[in-house]
Amino acid sequence: MSQGTRDIEELIDLMARLPGLGPRSARRAVLQMIKKRGQVMAPLAEAMATVAETARECANCGNIGTAEICDICRAENRANGQICVVEDVADLWAMERGGVYGGRYHVLGGTLSALDAVGPEELRIPRLLDRLEEEKVEEIVLALGATVDGQTTAHYIADQLEGRGVSVTSLAQGVPIGGELDYLDDGTITAALKARKAF
Amino acid sequence: MEWRDEGVLLSLRKHGETAAIIEVFTERHGRHAGVVRGAMSRRLAPLLQPGAQLALEWRARLEDHLGSYRVEPVKSRAGAVLGDRRALAGLSAVCALLDFTLPEREPHPDLYRRSVALLDALGAGRDWPLDYLRWEMRLLEEMGFGLDLSCCAVTGATEGLAYVSPRTGRAVSRAGAGEWQERLLPLPPELAGGGSGSRQNLLAGFALTGHFLESWLAPALGDRPLPGARGRLVDRLARDPPGGNR
Repeated sequence: MSQGTRDIEELIDLMARLPGLGPRSARRAVLQMIKKRGQVMAPLAEAMATVAETARECANCGNIGTAEICDICRAENRANGQICVVEDVADLWAMERGGVYGGRYHVLGGTLSALDAVGPEELRIPRLLDRLEEEKVEEIVLALGATVDGQTTAHYIADQLEGRGVSVTSLAQGVPIGGELDYLDDGTITAALKARKAF
Repeated sequence: MEWRDEGVLLSLRKHGETAAIIEVFTERHGRHAGVVRGAMSRRLAPLLQPGAQLALEWRARLEDHLGSYRVEPVKSRAGAVLGDRRALAGLSAVCALLDFTLPEREPHPDLYRRSVALLDALGAGRDWPLDYLRWEMRLLEEMGFGLDLSCCAVTGATEGLAYVSPRTGRAVSRAGAGEWQERLLPLPPELAGGGSGSRQNLLAGFALTGHFLESWLAPALGDRPLPGARGRLVDRLARDPPGGNR
């Protein structure tokens, strides 16, 4: 194999490690980039080099940005006394896509897990407690997954927040938009029935 | 190789992008791992929560291969306990301890039946902490570390048993304890065939089983620390007001 081909194979190999891509789709993506070198590959390489250099965790909330404090934490209009606690940056992005929530976030970086031996000290819970006073927080919204680990973590955080003068709320659990009862698992139906409200 | 059985999902670990390796506790095949393809899909992910009762079909080319599962939900227990702090802590502790202690592919039918009954009690809103304590005693016994609470190790008496020796796991009566009383672990009456299941007694019971889980069982399993889920359950029970459920 020539040096040039080896470089391309290495690029394909690296691309194939990305989520959603396998060897075949990575090969197609690389071929497309090579064909559109000017329009796609060069700007992509430049953007990747820049982000590789500048991407960092926000020292306040754990979001990913390019400055020490992320845009959301810096924005004055987001200081409304609410902090939404999420497991991962991907969840923060999902909440932002909704465009409904107007407060700040706190990214835990995982959930309590017996299997993976993740304890409270591995999560960013102490920093969350510090933020309560620093940012005059009135409400903590627990937006963690409706999983055993997610809700175990939510209950743990709620315990830590007890007696600190903040209200603790959590996302509702139940029937998703567009969901038909016939297709739902019995766990979701149980949770939805337990969380039923006056109509 | 192929078999069908029913089991409780103990844990799940992502394998690649869409698959997962699950550990299940079955009646006839014990704790058994296998790959579930598409486990992270929208259809399967909600079903594959710890504590779920699953109908399983396991296949592998050879007996000692990891093999793959086809799973069908029988009963989801997570939905019933997610909003209940104590029950959720109980479910996590049961699954984590089974995952931690059970040897692979060794059937424990009696422990399986007791575990299923306990997990069902958690979601049903019944008063289950005493059942949980007795389940831990049974777990120790099944793993070969059962306590001998039949009679006093000192006097041989079968009445008035009030302590357990932390070294031998044998019961000691109040009369037999004498000046060693301070060094013995209190035996709650609930484990000696009486008692009303008071919180204080339950916590003494958890201290007793916790001691033997930590000093006998965990060292035998490679000296790994006990799963944090058990500690969180005991903290929760110590913290909640009696009868508190949230």
